[in-house]
Amino acid sequence: MPTDSLPPTESPIPADSLLRLEDATVRFGGRAALDAVGLGVAEHEIVCVLGPSGSGKSTLLRAVAGLQPLDAGRILLDGRDQAGVPAHKRGVGLMFQDHQLFPQRDVGGNVAFGLRMHGTPRAEQTRRVQELLELVGLPGASGRAVAALSGGEQQRVALARALAPSPRLLMLDEPLGQLDRSLRERLVVELRELFGRLGTTVLAVTHDQGEAFALADRVVVMRDGRIAQSGTPLEVWRRPADAFVARFLGFENVVEATVADGVAVTPWGKVPVPWDAPEGTRPLLVRPAGVRLVPAGDGLRCTVTARTFRGTHVAVRLQPEDAPSLEAACALRDAPEVGDVTGVEFDGAEIAVLG
Amino acid sequence: MALPAAFFAVFFAYPVAAIVARGLKADGGWQPGRIADVLAQSDLRQVLWFTTWQALLSTALTLVIALPGAYVLARFDFPGRQALRAVITVPFVLPTVVVGTAFMALVGRGGLLDELWGVRLDTTVWAILLAHVFFNYAVVVRTVGGLWAQLDPRQEEAARMLGASRLTAWRTVTLPALAPAVAAAALMVFLFTFTSFGVVQILGGPAFSTLEVEIYRQTADLFDLSTAAVLTLVQFVAVGAILALHAWTVRRRETALRLVDASVTARRPRGAGQRALLGGVVATVVVLLLLPLAVLVQRSFGGAGLAYYRALTEADGGVFLVAPIEAIGNSLRYAVTATVIAVVIGGLAAVALTRRDAGRLVRGFDALLMLPLGVSAVTVGFGFLIALDEPPLDLRASWILVPLAQALVGVPFVVRTMLPVLRAVDVRLREAASVLGASPWRAWREVDLPLVRRALLIAAGFAFAVSLGEFGATVFIARPDNPTLPVAVARLLGRPGDLNYGQAMALSTILMIVCAVALLVLERLRTDRTGEF
Repeated sequence: MPTDSLPPTESPIPADSLLRLEDATVRFGGRAALDAVGLGVAEHEIVCVLGPSGSGKSTLLRAVAGLQPLDAGRILLDGRDQAGVPAHKRGVGLMFQDHQLFPQRDVGGNVAFGLRMHGTPRAEQTRRVQELLELVGLPGASGRAVAALSGGEQQRVALARALAPSPRLLMLDEPLGQLDRSLRERLVVELRELFGRLGTTVLAVTHDQGEAFALADRVVVMRDGRIAQSGTPLEVWRRPADAFVARFLGFENVVEATVADGVAVTPWGKVPVPWDAPEGTRPLLVRPAGVRLVPAGDGLRCTVTARTFRGTHVAVRLQPEDAPSLEAACALRDAPEVGDVTGVEFDGAEIAVLG
Repeated sequence: MALPAAFFAVFFAYPVAAIVARGLKADGGWQPGRIADVLAQSDLRQVLWFTTWQALLSTALTLVIALPGAYVLARFDFPGRQALRAVITVPFVLPTVVVGTAFMALVGRGGLLDELWGVRLDTTVWAILLAHVFFNYAVVVRTVGGLWAQLDPRQEEAARMLGASRLTAWRTVTLPALAPAVAAAALMVFLFTFTSFGVVQILGGPAFSTLEVEIYRQTADLFDLSTAAVLTLVQFVAVGAILALHAWTVRRRETALRLVDASVTARRPRGAGQRALLGGVVATVVVLLLLPLAVLVQRSFGGAGLAYYRALTEADGGVFLVAPIEAIGNSLRYAVTATVIAVVIGGLAAVALTRRDAGRLVRGFDALLMLPLGVSAVTVGFGFLIALDEPPLDLRASWILVPLAQALVGVPFVVRTMLPVLRAVDVRLREAASVLGASPWRAWREVDLPLVRRALLIAAGFAFAVSLGEFGATVFIARPDNPTLPVAVARLLGRPGDLNYGQAMALSTILMIVCAVALLVLERLRTDRTGEF
């Protein structure tokens, strides 16, 4: 998609950020896993990097942690360039994707590891381990073997271990990736609450938009080693920067449109757009809620090709005669049957013209 | 990386090159014509031919006898399984000299079979073949059985659900999966038997001689260096080819097999057939592996109580300048030193080989490290004598020479044992430690070391046993007043008289016990997954 202006949510990195990346670049062979990335994380902020696998988000964390050298650009922590500072001296925490608990140590030994490395006195270690295990909801688990823990418990121990040395920046790589859905939804709320209470600065990466939106103060969407969009969850959700971000967020009704005078010409006919929408030929997004079903004969004539029950609503797939298919969200009792013919009208409030 | 490379350059490549050069160089120029001259001699061609066919036959015989054992230990669960597994490994770490002596006591002149039925095999090739099977039984059972135990039985079940008979399922599913392991084991056995020295030296008599024995005879008895050099080259080429083949089969074995935990695949034997198989394997182990050792122990008492053992403590001034019993102290001292050297060098090499950025050059080094297993130990020993004789490396008079040579043989075992374990350590564990504030050295100590400690001990044990039993190189460089146990045994056997014979048996028994104890300690430590030996 051509983009002739910056996404409106892109803003310069504040100079007082705890973490600053300037044109950070990492190449594997000829491919750039990080391509001149600029990013800032302010103190006490929770930033979530969202992107499909291979978009460079894990490389970003590894570069900040000092596990992956940069090919170009700079990483600054508290304003100090981290080039040449080895991983163990950066004072950041990283929670690995599959936890990487030390198998030969018990829970307490894992949590105390970072404290030992920093020369914390033994009594203080014991106290802190206890405190952290209580914090993550595993009081008294200190003597348990790592192998005997469930996935959720391992995740909590990994978190306690990363938090123990009080890192100035905590990074989480797919923190909830391997857990089942209900546990994930509960833990993400717990995590946000916990980080808020501790005032921890967090940089997390995930491919799960639900996780990112629930956890983050600010979401950064990555694509092919570049930042595609950065903004609050609400901003990103309401105005995806381009067709890629929109599709990655799960929106399917994205087409090329020509916008002029509050109206867009699309393959689905003319649709209303917000008054302040930029003009010209641009991608256009219709949220499923903005596709209204009306009696056949009115509006755009479509055939229902599939319906999927989604809990709170039904997703209906509609096929116009010669235009791309559409997804509509409608209440269960109004949902048409597969094979029905129906009319479609569009609600301008649920339409966004993209970058 | 630099230290192991330098070690090999100075103590392996240089001595071997020196002896080859000494043999093939005359009047200031190379004499490649010598090679053709030597190979044209019919008696040497005979040696080459015998070396090859006895190795082939030994390998075939070992496979036939040991494969059922591999199956039984992999798939059956029965009381005493652990003990049986330990027992079959004992012979592999026994010094060749002890094995030769034990078989002498069983099938030789005045041996057990001779006494009972008047049967003597020591003039036939059978004594050598049996001793080779004795030695390499464990190689096959360990290599093949280790994999067999981890093959998922459900694969065979899947084939049977699709209509294959029990035999067809085995032939089409299990056999192809095992084939590379069988090939690797066979090549290993072939390599060990092709370069066999101690066993053939003791059991072969004048009639049978392998390349290795001939190299020894040419250098030590006939002082015909050029012939020895040519034979060394021939053996070098053969061993190189075998190792290349072995590396190839091992690589194939590593591909795409889904393995399961060995503990879930074994079950109790059912039915008469399976119980008969188990009984047969146990009987084979008893007759083939335990009987020779039992006879050895029995002969060492020789109806005379502890007389032979007592004689070991007396210096008679003939065979030795010192009492034979002092050989125990020498052996232990040398072996401990050799173990330290082998663990340091082999450990460093293994760490270098596991580094992710290891290039082609380093991987080539992997194969190079295996060479001392196959290259004539005799050559190495003799090479030490003629190569390390001038300052700054004049070590001829130094006792360190023996441990150095023994360490050379121990290093491949250390590397082979450490490599799989080191490779299994997840780099991200190390990264996790470093993000938590551990320096690279601290991360290694905190993460790697606890995980590889057992493997390190096992490697050290192997190096110790191998060093203790090393004969081919030691026989050259051990000084007369400082013999090791195997050298002392060989010298005693080389002399006539019941007393010498009995003393050899007694000394062998002591050596066997030291090795067996070392191994049984290891067996408590080891897991099925560790290492390739």
